[in-house]
Amino acid sequence: MHFDELIGHLGQHTVDGLSKGAIYALIALGYTLVYGVLRLINFAHSEVFMVGTFAVLILWTQLGVQNNPPVGQAILFLVLGLVVAAAASGGTALALERIAYRPLRRKNAPPLIFLITAIGLSLVFVELFGQVLPKLLGGVLPEAFGRPRQIVGMPTIIQQETLFTIGNTAITNIQLIVFVAAVAMMALLDWFINRTRYGRGVRAVAQNPETAALMGVNQERVIMLIFVLGGIMAGAAALLWSMRFGFTQNSIGFVLGLKAFTAAVLGGIGNLRGALLGGLFLGIVEVYGATLFASNWEDVIAFVVLIVVLMFRPTGLLGESLGRARA
Amino acid sequence: MIDKIRSADRRRVGMLTSVGDRWRALAKWQQALGLAAFVAILYYLPLLGIPGLTWLRTDSIKGGNNWAGVLFVCAIYVLVAIGLNVVVGLAGLLDLGYIGFFAIGAYSVALFGSVNSPVVKWIQQEFNLPPTWAVTWAICLFIAIVLTMVSGVLLGWPTLRLRGDYLAIVTLGFGEIIRIVARNATGLTNGPVGISAIPGPEGAPSPDNKVFGLIDAKPWYWLAITFVLIMVILVRRLEHSRVGRAWLAVREDEDAAAVMGVYPFKFKLWAFAIGAALGGLSGFLFGSRNAFIDPTQFNANLSILFVAMVVVGGSGNMIGVSLGAVLLAYLPERFRDFADYRWLVFGLAMVLVMILRPQGLVPSRRRARELKDRAAEAEEAPAHV
Repeated sequence: MHFDELIGHLGQHTVDGLSKGAIYALIALGYTLVYGVLRLINFAHSEVFMVGTFAVLILWTQLGVQNNPPVGQAILFLVLGLVVAAAASGGTALALERIAYRPLRRKNAPPLIFLITAIGLSLVFVELFGQVLPKLLGGVLPEAFGRPRQIVGMPTIIQQETLFTIGNTAITNIQLIVFVAAVAMMALLDWFINRTRYGRGVRAVAQNPETAALMGVNQERVIMLIFVLGGIMAGAAALLWSMRFGFTQNSIGFVLGLKAFTAAVLGGIGNLRGALLGGLFLGIVEVYGATLFASNWEDVIAFVVLIVVLMFRPTGLLGESLGRARA
Repeated sequence: MIDKIRSADRRRVGMLTSVGDRWRALAKWQQALGLAAFVAILYYLPLLGIPGLTWLRTDSIKGGNNWAGVLFVCAIYVLVAIGLNVVVGLAGLLDLGYIGFFAIGAYSVALFGSVNSPVVKWIQQEFNLPPTWAVTWAICLFIAIVLTMVSGVLLGWPTLRLRGDYLAIVTLGFGEIIRIVARNATGLTNGPVGISAIPGPEGAPSPDNKVFGLIDAKPWYWLAITFVLIMVILVRRLEHSRVGRAWLAVREDEDAAAVMGVYPFKFKLWAFAIGAALGGLSGFLFGSRNAFIDPTQFNANLSILFVAMVVVGGSGNMIGVSLGAVLLAYLPERFRDFADYRWLVFGLAMVLVMILRPQGLVPSRRRARELKDRAAEAEEAPAHV
């Protein structure tokens, strides 16, 4: 137990945790949107994120991005990365819905069947990117994929630098970008769900699918919309991840997905603002915990938090609310 | 395309059920004879040398693995499938962390039976025992079962109140916690280094152990298949007892069962504990056969493979899940070219089975009978996990 270390650098750890938790929160939105409307846990959402990181990787290697490009180019690469990752992740999420979930929904299958299908698909995606694609694209993308199932590094787009220091808390440019970008994305999504016509459809279906259908809301279209929205958010998270950590692997989704799911449950699954709160909270708890114990216990902390939350407050900190007052 | 697959599948299931019906129509003595012949074949399998059938052996291909060794793995996977079937198929609780119990079983023989384990070393110091002392294999078996049952209850107590899909994710987390603890608690488990010299029935691996050695896997297979047969009988008895009926009731409708006076929590906890004990037993056999374990052998993918065995085979049906276990353990070994893609194929198989026939390859007969309209059932009804 390193209390001194934690207390001495409390601010620093909080900042680190916040920038980490922002990425969790973005991924958590995918779980929350799908759960809010369909009441099912999209287990394969972590693979949607993984596909996003690989899309960024392929884009950057195809563009021949070198480490530390000039500022103008860096911004261009980031914007392109965002577009490509969002498209790839959104497309993957949509395909997932089409292949795996729609046939089951037609049959009115119980939720656990969805879960098993999603687990199967998630294995398929992990293997596609770990085994099949490296073999297929090995000639086209020599450096990017490397050998099957290996960790692949990405070029550094922005050099990590300390922007300003408050007390003994240093805030780096990347941390700031990650945090601001994630919160901006979430604000945008929140506005979209709460203020636009499409968002009203989503809320209506979440609240009561039958009545919404009677009122002329196309349920299938709403379901496609939430999968795509969740995918876009995962794509944005993938870009931020690539920028901050600079590596990816076919199995990257598993632990990250579980953490994002924990974040979603923590904030109240089905609640968009809860996902933000849960993500940030989990990021902070994780960094604190890793400092208190040792960094190799980091992954256990998320699981323990998940179990404790589900035991004592299964509806999370803010409770469910995508459809608002659901009886 | 899908319709074609469906109709072919319907014919296959029709054949299966007619075989089943014919079997049940046989006289008692004929059934007994048939079972005895089947068990004899099971024990003969590692020696398999019938011309025309030798291609089945995994060592009949280039670079194939030791046939008896593969059979041993099939046997312990069958044990896993039977145990997980109690939890998933009978009680309807999707457990994605079954690998945790498997690992606890394996670690209990390693921690208490191996002279290299920190636990044994500590006991030796505390009680002034000679450096060759370690807990006997048979007592380790007892420890393994008790430890896994206790951990099943410890995991189940707080989490069994959760709804199905939450439970799945929490158990997935449990499996990971066990693996991470095994990796990080260096003082207890030797961490990533692992524990070697795990004993078999004759004690620690050494040249004077003639029967249960490291090289010849045949005795190990016979040991494992004996355990499997005993457990099949026990679980079968349990399935048809009051407890088994309570599980089915809870699986079908928890609230209705509660109204009828079945206390769901108690029976779910029992299912967890019994399933865990079976998982621990298979892990125990796995650990003592390998004589060496480390945390990387217990990753989450293996846990998902276990679930795949159950759902692909046909959850709720012991024959189905055993078939699933044998298929998923044997096929990658026999068809080595496909071994690289095994996880891909498992994933695809899970998706296809769930979409095309959610009951698995061999559907549960009992459920079909309960719901009378079997034709509609085979087509429409989803698995009852």
